[in-house]
Amino acid sequence: MRAIRAAALGAWEFVVGDDWRIALGVAAALAITALAADATSSVWWIVPAATALVLAGSLWRAARRR
Amino acid sequence: MTGTELGLAISVLLACAVEAVEALTIVLAVGVTRSWRSALAGVGAAVAALAAITAALGPALTALPISVLRVAVGGLLLIFGLQWLRKAILRAAGLKERHDEEAIFGRQRAQALQAGAVAEGIDAYSFVIAFKGVLLEGLEVVFIVLTFGANQHDVSLAALAAGVAVALVTLAGVLAHRPLARVPENTMKFAVGVMLASYGMFWSAEGCGARWPGSDAALLAIVPATLAGALVLVAILRRAQAAPSAGTVRT
Repeated sequence: MRAIRAAALGAWEFVVGDDWRIALGVAAALAITALAADATSSVWWIVPAATALVLAGSLWRAARRR
Repeated sequence: MTGTELGLAISVLLACAVEAVEALTIVLAVGVTRSWRSALAGVGAAVAALAAITAALGPALTALPISVLRVAVGGLLLIFGLQWLRKAILRAAGLKERHDEEAIFGRQRAQALQAGAVAEGIDAYSFVIAFKGVLLEGLEVVFIVLTFGANQHDVSLAALAAGVAVALVTLAGVLAHRPLARVPENTMKFAVGVMLASYGMFWSAEGCGARWPGSDAALLAIVPATLAGALVLVAILRRAQAAPSAGTVRT
């Protein structure tokens, strides 16, 4: 049980890293894209826009934490 | 070779070279200080473990339906790439300490010297440190090889690029016999972050049903746009750094 927990924690650290909000923002952007794509295929801009926002937000928080 | 395949090869080569440089520093430190035989045995065991992981997960990933693969793996690649890019931007802006292979080598050497007498036969300390170093750095490479390779349905090209990078770094390490401090590691990490995030955006959005203008050619705009955006963020952070209360982030 402890090994499974350690492996899960390691995998989380490995992928999500220093800021979990980046993963959450990306997941939300993909969900919105998938939902919007049912209505129109011109939804390509959602992921890049969300990526720019989550990255800028993460950097802003890191800079404030100095 | 298509443009996408070239991008795949360059990204994997750069990412793998960066990780190989970091692993080489650790192996050199224990090898020089304690036992080359044990350190190399640790390297061999780690490479075998990494090869087994790649062999097990590679075919499983490529068997997934393309839309599922692009959403799941593209999304993971985007998150992973943004973590690389975030650190690279913080380093370029002076908000995070830069990777210094000489300093890391010095610290690893000091720890190896304090770890007690060298055991006869296989020295457990040297074996474990070399094994852990190569495995942990190698896992990032395996992740990149599998995600890029599976999405492009060309794991062998990604694995070949990774192999070339490891061979080049190993050769350079053997010739130099010291950490490769002159490799522009931070710049390479910046480039890898841009590539991973760009390809991650492209594949994950496509997997969700988005149609990129110009199809695959959209990557020719996404990569430069991501690079430009990252450079703008560096400039903004540098300007903010000039403010009186500036410091260094430890993340």
